[in-house]
Amino acid sequence: MRYLYTKTHEYICIGSGKTVQVGISDYAQKQLGDIVYVNLPEMGQTFSKGEVFAAVESVKAASDILGPCDGIITKVNLELDGRPELLNEDPKKNWICEAEIRGSIPTDLMSEEKYLKYIATL
Amino acid sequence: MKTPLYQMHVKLNGNIVDFAGFELPVDYGSILEEHKCVRERVGLFDVSHMGELTVKGKDAESALNAIVTNDIRGMYDGQVRYSLLPNEKGGAVDDILIYHKNAEDFLIVVNASNTAKDAKWFETHLPSGDYKFENISDKVAQIAIQGPMGEAVLKKIIADEFIPKKYYSFIDNVDFGGINSLVSRTGYTGEDGFEIYVKNADAETAYEMMLNAGKEFNIMPCGLGARDTLRLEAAMPLYGHELGEDIPVAEVGLDFAIKLGKENFVGKEAILNCKKEYVRVGAFALKGIVREHSDVYVGDEKVGTVTSGTFAPTLKKAVCMLRIKADAVDKNLEADVRGRRVALFVTPLPFYKRAK
Repeated sequence: MRYLYTKTHEYICIGSGKTVQVGISDYAQKQLGDIVYVNLPEMGQTFSKGEVFAAVESVKAASDILGPCDGIITKVNLELDGRPELLNEDPKKNWICEAEIRGSIPTDLMSEEKYLKYIATL
Repeated sequence: MKTPLYQMHVKLNGNIVDFAGFELPVDYGSILEEHKCVRERVGLFDVSHMGELTVKGKDAESALNAIVTNDIRGMYDGQVRYSLLPNEKGGAVDDILIYHKNAEDFLIVVNASNTAKDAKWFETHLPSGDYKFENISDKVAQIAIQGPMGEAVLKKIIADEFIPKKYYSFIDNVDFGGINSLVSRTGYTGEDGFEIYVKNADAETAYEMMLNAGKEFNIMPCGLGARDTLRLEAAMPLYGHELGEDIPVAEVGLDFAIKLGKENFVGKEAILNCKKEYVRVGAFALKGIVREHSDVYVGDEKVGTVTSGTFAPTLKKAVCMLRIKADAVDKNLEADVRGRRVALFVTPLPFYKRAK
């Protein structure tokens, strides 16, 4: 498994094959604080790189989730519907959706190491 | 600006933000936990940013009564009364708490963001007479201790007879562990609680005393975030949201604090003539958090706006207060949440009421 990150703090987790998991980074959940609602995408929905396809809301603010790449959603983590706080507890284990990538993986996504360096500059 | 407790917030790892020009903590880690702590136990808030004004003298009562909507005659010594400070159009300059020390000595507590404006309003609108007006905001610190265990914490610091028995009453010149203070049984959380007024120089000592005395009750320092979710559940209006210069006070559902029977006061005519086109109502939403400034619709017609909205931690759902046209209340309401329509369900206020 390999994690790649966007500058807007989404990740994709790449296993074998075309299916990836999409979620938000640990940094993102910490910035948001207590997450109280996840506006989940729908199965079969497509998303494009850089475009809003879901949202997470904390007590303080709402934050859009942008597509880290192009893809189509194959599975939604419905557990987040009743327990949005799972994103605070473990955002890697609790991904938001599974998707099938369309096209190639964008080259501007950062490795975990690079991403950690990036957030250190914020 | 920094309150006298700024260093304390830094030490307690508060996440500091700017609020009405003051550097104050929005939370110390988790708004939800702080909120819960106040509902179930006890929490400590720095509210030193609030403004304090005094009106003292033989004509203090009549002068003050001429510029507020509530009637302050006949209050007992040590009583607190909520009032609106209306403008000539019937809107609100501010909403305030009036402390009656005696008929010739009043303390008025005002919103931080309005302190300078209110002071000027008092200077220009109090009718002339034998009294002295003063803005003492810079000298006074205020700490709120809120929650069902607040009284138990205070009992470890001050003598029983110095604890105000009734809600909305206060005792002045209380020996607060060696500090001179004013202790009032008031708050902005919908919970039982107290507000402690001390000199700036005594703020840290008083705060630490309560933090230490509260340890056995698992007291938590609480920030502005929890203050907002707590007051919103209790449906208490917030200036700049439910109240404002251009929002008629007659439309906000605060008639208990508007005494139209008393002789003339600033704004009385406008309040009497208000058509009451709009009302303040509460609603909850099931699909997402509906926040302030969202527009409210019935079909394609915009019927009002969301004045405050958040996730209500005690109710575990999204709640909001709306200012909408009176005839839209029983229609199918929707809020525009970042381009998405979210259904609103009108519900009686307050959202939360503590068990007595």
